[in-house]
Parts: sequence; structure tokens; C-alpha cells
Amino acid sequence: MSDAAASLREPWPDLDRQREGVSVGIWLFIVSEMLFFGALFLGYAVYRTLYPEAFRIAGAETAVSYGSVNLLLLLTSSVTMTIAVDASRQARRRTAIICLALTMLLGAAFLIFKGLEYSLDIAKGLFPGADFPLQPPQTQLFWALYWVMTGVHAIHLAIGVGIVGVFAWVLWRRVLPIESPAIVGVATYWHFVDTVWIILFPLLYLVNRS
Amino acid sequence: MTTDRFMTAASDYATQVDSTFWVLVTISGLITLLVASLIAGFCLHYRRGSNARRGRLPERLAYDVEIGWTVATLFLFLFIFWWAASNQLSALDIPVNSLEIHVVAKQWMWRVQQPGGAREINEIHVPENMPVRLAMTSEDVIHDLFLPTMRLKQDVLPGRYTYLWFTATKTGVFHLTCAEYCGTDHSVMAGRLVVMTTPDYARWTNAQPEADDLAHDGEALFRSLGCSGCHAPTSSIHAPDLHGIYGRAVPLSDGRVVTADEAYLRDSILLPAKDVAAGFAPIMPSYRGSVTEDELVKLIAYLKSLSGGPTRLPPQAG
Amino acid sequence: MTDTAIADATVEAQPASYLAAGHTLLSWLTTTDHKRIAILYAISITFFFFIGGIAIALVRLELMTPQGLILTSDAYNRLFSLHGIIMVWFFLVPSIPATMGNFLLPLMIGAHDVAFPRLNLLSWYLYVFGAAFTVYALISGGVDTGWTFYTPLSTNYATGYVIAAAAGVFVVGFSSIATGINFIATAHMLRAPGMTWFRLPLFVWAMYTVSMVMVLATPVLAMSLLLVIAERAFGLPIFDAARGGDPVLFQHLFWFYSHPAVYIMILPAMGVVSEVIPCFARRTIFGYAFMVYALIAIAVIGFMVWGHHMFVAGQSPLANLVFSFLSFIVAVPSAIKVFNWTATLHRGQITFEAPMLYALGFVGLFTIGGLTGLFLASVPIDIHATDTYFVIAHFHFVMVGGTVSAYMAGLHFWWPKVTGRMYSEAWARFAAITTFLGFNATFMPQFVMGWNGMPRRYHYYPDVFQAWHVMSSVGALILAVAYVLPLIYFGWSMIYGRRAGANPWNATGLEWQTSSPPAKENFDHIPRIDAGPYAYDESDHPPAAGDRTLVRSQGETA
Repeated sequence: MSDAAASLREPWPDLDRQREGVSVGIWLFIVSEMLFFGALFLGYAVYRTLYPEAFRIAGAETAVSYGSVNLLLLLTSSVTMTIAVDASRQARRRTAIICLALTMLLGAAFLIFKGLEYSLDIAKGLFPGADFPLQPPQTQLFWALYWVMTGVHAIHLAIGVGIVGVFAWVLWRRVLPIESPAIVGVATYWHFVDTVWIILFPLLYLVNRS
Repeated sequence: MTTDRFMTAASDYATQVDSTFWVLVTISGLITLLVASLIAGFCLHYRRGSNARRGRLPERLAYDVEIGWTVATLFLFLFIFWWAASNQLSALDIPVNSLEIHVVAKQWMWRVQQPGGAREINEIHVPENMPVRLAMTSEDVIHDLFLPTMRLKQDVLPGRYTYLWFTATKTGVFHLTCAEYCGTDHSVMAGRLVVMTTPDYARWTNAQPEADDLAHDGEALFRSLGCSGCHAPTSSIHAPDLHGIYGRAVPLSDGRVVTADEAYLRDSILLPAKDVAAGFAPIMPSYRGSVTEDELVKLIAYLKSLSGGPTRLPPQAG
Repeated sequence: MTDTAIADATVEAQPASYLAAGHTLLSWLTTTDHKRIAILYAISITFFFFIGGIAIALVRLELMTPQGLILTSDAYNRLFSLHGIIMVWFFLVPSIPATMGNFLLPLMIGAHDVAFPRLNLLSWYLYVFGAAFTVYALISGGVDTGWTFYTPLSTNYATGYVIAAAAGVFVVGFSSIATGINFIATAHMLRAPGMTWFRLPLFVWAMYTVSMVMVLATPVLAMSLLLVIAERAFGLPIFDAARGGDPVLFQHLFWFYSHPAVYIMILPAMGVVSEVIPCFARRTIFGYAFMVYALIAIAVIGFMVWGHHMFVAGQSPLANLVFSFLSFIVAVPSAIKVFNWTATLHRGQITFEAPMLYALGFVGLFTIGGLTGLFLASVPIDIHATDTYFVIAHFHFVMVGGTVSAYMAGLHFWWPKVTGRMYSEAWARFAAITTFLGFNATFMPQFVMGWNGMPRRYHYYPDVFQAWHVMSSVGALILAVAYVLPLIYFGWSMIYGRRAGANPWNATGLEWQTSSPPAKENFDHIPRIDAGPYAYDESDHPPAAGDRTLVRSQGETA
């Protein structure tokens, strides 16, 4: 039995149908995630419309250099992920696994920079509460959304880093064949998390910097 | 208590809402009767083994019937929407020259301020045949002022004013209650809407003490009589802090716990040794003979105005 | 051959049932067989149904007198909150999809299993994990925000285990989403050859449309609860008016999910009824295409009406008008379905087994529930009736009179298929009639007292309403008996019930062409389909005379 045929699972009648099915499944999941983040974006839109000045004042305090570095890291990781998918299709083992590892490392680097940025934010007192340094009080709304939006994104990214890492290991140990269609699912998720950051970045970092 | 406090239609708007309601009941009743009799009829007529005529229905007939009742339903529902909405649109105009009454909701009471300055707790007095607009806000969670006899309710929100307006056409005492779940005592956050004739309302308004002035006078007395000498936070004498005292549960030195209502405050001024607060020495002098009844009312009004936390009123029987 | 010999031959000829494929607890807890997962779900939701039922039994007992009986206000408030949370998310939302949907979807379309069997098992574990949070909240003392978690009560003022309860609902939401993804992929990708979309049974269409709603709506609920948790746990102002937040924003986010949620609860019920009525009327469903379009219309328009829960929340009059209009529109497809079920009876050969009794009860009670929805869609009526017992009566008519009746119909209809046993028809009919009577006795008085001004979520109430409350509580007692009876006779049937043949009802549908219970793989060979559903033409599927359990259908391939 070839490596490819070994991927066929119950209840799928053939591999093509299975690939398509996995694709349908992962896209449905992405759609649900779009609605999950969408609720946050709606909250942001509502409050920004109500308090534009407060959002400008609050938005000036985000660490735009950290944000930009993180944007570059994620964009690059999407490139390495795309190369990995391509290599997998062409059964180029080394390239695929190395690129998956790179993707994972770039994602981990994002999380490290994010952690550093968080400690900087906290040192500046930018966690909503009694000692919040900015006025008016609605600036706390911006920062509350900042913490929730970046926090939820970071959790998604951490899960992604884990999945990519495990998947790279699974391919390396030949538990799954290199052409396994599962990589498409992993890549789709990764690109989605990247896209969320592409949307978050201007909302949080470019508010007062045009 | 009779159901009149709830069910009376006490305004023209309420009467309109009722007629919309009964039209809907009639339509719904007829539809329910239709569906039920068709089901019952078919079940009887076409039960297994009966000698009713069966066989296929022509395609065309089935399709026409389908389109027919879809369109009929759509038109009926649109009609009902239009009927109810046109009712509603006419009620949307805020009347000019309305009497504006302020309402503050908090767990678990309604504080009402009349335009003349009179204050009420859990009661709203209004004149009949005059547009009344309630401007409402909440001090804590979302409440809802429900006036069943006006067929009206409106959520009362923190940080915002919401409005409810009506013109009462019947005098009487009607129910007023909270209709948005707001915690422990949500179900006893009730009161009365008192609709009076215009002269009665005027008389009632005049009879209300100017609550603002009462408390101000009381504050002046508090100082001139020397109360603040011991009861101020900066005092070196150990005396209970009186902020938020009204309505609070006070533990006494003999182990009892009493609620600081008007009677307690009065006694504390005139008979301070009667109920001594736990943890304090009985060193307060009596003021019997040094204050008049009027002055007592003012002092108590001042003490009541010293807010510090939610006041808890005993559950009312409705 | 004697009847017994036929029965023996039927039993011997059957392939190993899915129930026999592994007898250890571990084989059940690690199964990827959709039929076993369905049973895991059935046990779980039944357990929670009775927890939620006990909560409301205590509430209805307490409401016998206006000044209360045995509970403090805090305890009362926690009990009705628990009732709502458990019944909505741990019973109604999963009920038909996770049990009957899981069991029947692959069978009805001619597949070996759902698209993602391991995701299916994960969805059950997510349910259990979410339930654990909720049980923790319950045992620790409960939550008293109502099932609606309105801010700022839930974020800043409620005592009680708000975070645990919200976390439980958050987690169980992902169970919903996983099930939805699985069903959509299954319906798209695993239909047997020849099984085109318009040859699918309406139950499959119902599973498909409900899955779309679950996947799209549930994430918004998840985020709104996450924000409540963030505000309560970390003090982050999202809905805090003092810092510019809008508590009504929570309501928009919450109801954007929770209105489609009620369609999550009714669409599967409609699917069940569309299977049962044709079978016991021996007639194809009237207007199949319109029934499909109606399901789709309800699912789509259902996303546009959430504001009708907020007519008095501080919304603009224009918004009220728009939501009111759309709410009237969404009622039209539901009405079409009621007419079509009724018309299916026309020229039928009707019998009144328990599934049919429940299905007919559904049509009547859903009609009344739906019509009272029109009342609430009218803004002036709703302004008076919202937050009173009128609303409580309305949604119990559709969710209990509707969904629970349909759930019972489906339970009785497919019981022989799932367990291979017949239940006691006499007891089942008695329970069905008792349910109908008990239900009306419980909830009809609530319409009256609601319109007369009795607010909801009230521990103490004005004396004038006592008679209605007593009527309602007595009805609830009757209803409770009617709900306990099936536990007893279904349990009895699993040990002593007559063995069922493959198709005891002589029904159409691929699931009836497998053995009862089905084999683990469902089908030896995937069938080829060349006809539509509900082929109850008299010549092909005559009504069975005499004892139905021993009749073999024409199309059986086992």
C-alpha cells in the first residue's frame, strides 16, 4: 500500500473526496473563527465611532515598533508555510519539514516579542483600572479591547505554533506521509491567524499615526 | 388588592394597545381553530381503514394551493405588522409641555423627584390628563420601570437617560414594578403610580416638604447643635460615623441588631442610652428639650441624605 | 413458517450490531462510531434534562404561595438561572442534532459514518468538559444572573459563580460548532450515489440548515461570554458605563446568537416531524420543495431579527420597526410548514402510534407558540408583554410543546432502530396524552397572568396572581409524571422489550433498510439511490396489518 493510500480514513470512499472534505471542514472552522473575531471587531468599531478622540489618545501609546516587527515575523511565517505546503505536494521532505520548523520558530518569536511588549505596556500602567494614566476614561475602553484582542490572537497563535510543531514532528517521524493532505488544513489555519494580525495591526497601532 | 391595579387601562394609549391585543387574539384563535379542526378532521376522516376517498392529488392543484396559502399568510402577517406599527408610530411623538419627573433606579428601590422638588420613594404621583415624561437612569444595574395600567415599560440604564411618557386618563392607585431582573430583591422592587385629579395633585405637591431645604436646614442644625463635634470623621471623640446610617443594620451593645429607621434616629437623638451601638461607650448626651419636632424632622432628613450604600426596605406585599 | 421462526431467522440473519462491537466502558469512551457517540450524548442530555427539571420543580413549588415557601430570594434566583442555562445549552441545543442527527445522518444518506468521526468524539468531550464547569458552578452555590447574563449585573454586581457558568457555556458552544462542521461536511461530501440534494429526507435538510446556524451564530455567543469573563475577572471595561462602555452592546452580541439559537432548537424538531407524519399517514410529505425552502428561509432570516428581544432596551424606534417587520416575515415559512404537515394528512391512512401522537401534538402546540410570537413581534404588544409570563409561556410553547414533543416523537420512532427493541405502545400513548394535557395546564395560565402584569423572574409576587400560579404548578406536576414515564418504559424495553425487525413501521428511508440495531459499518455496500424520499404510495409500502414488529419491508438488504 502506498504512503498516500495509507492516509485514507473511514468513512471516505476515496482520497480525493477525503481531501475535499477536510478542506470543507477547515474552511467552515475558519468561518466560525471569523465570526468569533468579528464580534470583537464590532465592539471596536462601535466604541471608536462613539469616542474617536479617546481612541486617538489611547492609540498613541501602543508600541508600534513591536507591532511592526511582529507583523513582519508573521508575514514571513506565512511565506515559509506556503513553501512547506508546496514542498509537501512535490514530496520534497527536507524542504517541507524545515519550512514548517521555520514557521513554528517565527510564530514563537512573535509570542516572545508580544510578551516583551506586554511587560512594557504594564510598566507604563496601561492596564485598565484605578491607576490608569490616560484621560478621558474612555481610553480604558481602547486598552481593554487591546488586551482582549491581542490576547485572544496570541492564544490562537500559540495553538498554531503547537499544531505546526507537532505536525512537523509527525512528518519527520513518518507517522504521516509527506504528501498528507492534512498540511492544507494546518496552513489554512496559520494563514487565518496571520490575517487576523494584519487586520489588528492598523486598528491598534496606526490609530494615531497617520 | 384587586386586579384593577394591574389590568385597568389607564390611558388612551393603553386602550389602543388592548384593542390591538384582542384583534390579535381573535385572529390567532381563528387560525388555531382552523388548524386544529383540519388536523382533527383529517385524522378522523382518513384514519386507517375508513372508506374515505383517497388517491393522489393532481400536481397542479397541490402547487396552486401551496402558493395560495403562502401569499395569504404573507399578506395577513404584513397586515398585522402594519396595524400594530401604525399604533406605535402615533405614540412615538414626545408630547410638548409634558410634566418631567426624574426617576433614579437602584438596587432595589425607585427614587423619584417631582419637578417641584418633592421627592418620593417607590411612588410616582401624577395629575390626570396631563402628559407626563419620566426621565430615568440607574445607579447600578439595568432595571425596568413597568407600569402595567399604562401598558408601558422601559429599561432603565446606567450612564444614560431613557424615557417613558404617558397621559393618564383615570385616577386611582396603580401598580409600578421592576421588570428587568436586577438581583436578589428584584421581585420586591415595586411601588405605586398614583394618578390624581389636577387640583388634588396641586394640593399634594404643595403639602410636600421641600426636601432639599429640609436636608440643608438639618445640616446647619447638625453643626449648631454640636453633633459634628463628635460625629465628624476628624473628631477625637469615638462616635459612630453617620454616613449611610439610614436603613443600615446596626449591631447594638446588648447583642441585638436593629435597622436604623426614622424611629431609631429619633430615639438616638432624644434617648441615646436606649440603644447604644456596639463598640461605643454610652457617652452621648440627650437632646430632649434642646430640639423641636420640626428640627428633628430636619435633622432626620439630613441624616437620610448622607448616602453610603444601598438602603434595604422590607418586602412589600405588593 | 411460524411467526417465531420468522423472528428467529430475522435475528440470526443480522450482522453484528454496533452495540456488540466492544462491551467495555473504554470501548464506549474511545469510540468513533457515530451511533455510539449519539448514545453517549443521549445519556448526557437526559441527565441534564432532569437536573434542569428538578430546578424548575423547586421553583414551581415555591411559587405556590405569593410570599414563598422554602427558599430565600437568592436561592430562587439561582434556581431559575440554572434551569435556563442547563435547559438551553445542555439539553435543547444538542438534543435532536447530537442524538438523532448523529445516529441517523450517515444512515439516511448512505454513508459509513460522519465526515470526521474523531471530531465527533471530541465534540462530546467538549460537551462533558463544559458541563463540568457548570456542575462546578452549581455545586459551589450557583449563579443568579438568569441565562441571559445581562451586564452590568453579571460583570459587576452579581454574587455567585458567573465566571464558571459562563466558561461552561463557552466550552459547550464549541461542541455545537464541531457538530455543525461535521454535519455540513457529511451532507456535502458523503451522500450515496444518486442521492441528490432534492432526494434527501427533510430530516437531513434540517440537520444541514441547523448546522449552518450553529457554525455561524455560536462563535458570537462565545465572544460575548468571553468579554463578560474578561470584565469580571480582570476589570477590563467593555460594558462598563462609568468608563464609556455600553451595557446594551452586550445584549446585541448575546441576542445575535440567542435568537438564531431558538431556530437551532426548532429546525431539527421540524425535521423529525417531517419524517414521522408521512410514515403514520402513509402519504408523501405535501410540498417537499417548499418545506426545504422554508427550512432555509427560517435559518437565514432568523439571523436578522435579534432586536425583537430589545424593543424596550433603549433601541431607536426605527430599529424597533425594522426588527418587528423582519420578525413577521420569518413567521411565514413556519406557517407554511404547519399547513404542509396538515395537508400531508389529507387522503392518508392515518394511525396513532406514540410517535404520531407526539408529532400531532407538536403541530398544535407549535402553532400556538408561533402565533403568540406574532404578538411579541408587534412592538406595542411587546412593550407591555416583554419580561412578563407571557413571554415565558410563548417560548415554552415552542421549545417544550414544540422541540421536546418532537424529541419524544423521534425517540419513540427510532427507538426500535437504535436499540432493536419495541417499547410499550400503551404506556407511550398514555405518556404522550398526559404530556399534552400537563403542558397546556402548566403554560396556558401563564399567558393570562403575563398579559395581566405578572413579571418574570419574580420570587415574591402580588396576591392576585396566586390562582394562576397554583394552576401552573399543578400542571407542572402532571408534566413531570409524563416525562418520568418514558424513563421507566424505555428502560424496561431495553431488557424485556420485544425484539424489533429492521422496519417495524414499514417506513421509507435508508435507515430502515439496515438491521435493528444497525451493524457498525451501517451498510455492507453503499446503496444506489434512484428515487426521492417518502415514497408512501400504497402499492409499495402498504400499511402493515396486525403485529408490525415482525413485518419485513420490501427494500431490506441486510
